[in-house]
Amino acid sequence: MVRHRIEKSLKKTALRFVNLLPIIIGMLLLSSLAVTVFPEQISAGLFGASDALDALIGASVGSVAAGHPLASYLLGGELLKSGVSLVAVTAFIVSWVTVGVVQLPAEVLMLGARFAIYRNVICFFSAIAIAFLSVYTLRLMG
Amino acid sequence: MESSQKKKGVGGWLFLLLVLVAYGVTGAIDAEMAGQALSFFGKVMYKVLPILAIVFLLLLAADLLFEPKWIKRNLGREAGIKGWLIAAVGGVLATGPIYAWYALLRELREKGMRASLAAVFLYSRAVKLPLLPLMIHYFGTAYTLVLCVYLLGFSIVSGVLMVKLEDRETI
Repeated sequence: MVRHRIEKSLKKTALRFVNLLPIIIGMLLLSSLAVTVFPEQISAGLFGASDALDALIGASVGSVAAGHPLASYLLGGELLKSGVSLVAVTAFIVSWVTVGVVQLPAEVLMLGARFAIYRNVICFFSAIAIAFLSVYTLRLMG
Repeated sequence: MESSQKKKGVGGWLFLLLVLVAYGVTGAIDAEMAGQALSFFGKVMYKVLPILAIVFLLLLAADLLFEPKWIKRNLGREAGIKGWLIAAVGGVLATGPIYAWYALLRELREKGMRASLAAVFLYSRAVKLPLLPLMIHYFGTAYTLVLCVYLLGFSIVSGVLMVKLEDRETI
């Protein structure tokens, strides 16, 4: 009985996994292409007009960026050193890990178009909100 | 169920084909750039392979252990605050690339998990416990703590907003 259930589960999981593989491989290929075609250096020249615009640009760049979150910390740290505002850097870091424009096709395929679009739109605007709230909270804390 | 899985499988292969076409177009314009992207892909794929093995095991465990009744009780409409906590903590503890978790969430959603709790799980993944020391190094302890608190708070906010959408239509 248990053996039959495990065999059935293994078959079902293997089928799911095979369906998942082209999405993961496609996603990794797409991320690699995006990282190579849009080098990180482009982003530094985009900021500096106003906090609101910087946050919007930061969230937008973070949304389309792909890769390990570690890269967002490193790049965010470098942007901060080069004079980009903390609001912009925070929006950039938060949207990098919460919004996934590059991952959107995979999210749509796996969790449905409505879910994926609503979730990403909510995450985009909350990245901007978090950026302002974090910076203002830090200012209040002194 | 199996035929719907086959349909979703076709979508995945089509997606991969489109990405390969994008590589073909890039290669025709700039072969060196396409080569660099492929080399980058190789390195990332090598790192992701062990995570894929974990994903397979988690999918198998989810199929074996999580009965639809349990999911509905703990992550469904009747879950209450406990469901929100499970989703938020699960997201913080989840490691690896986000798309690796889509399959598990689909499995749980098919068994009755609320869309809002799936959103909370995906959002709280933004708190990366193993990377916190590095974040502190770059941005300081106060900034890291404040940001993590807001990330967790907004994971719940994103879930609440998804509830509103859930109530308006089926997602």
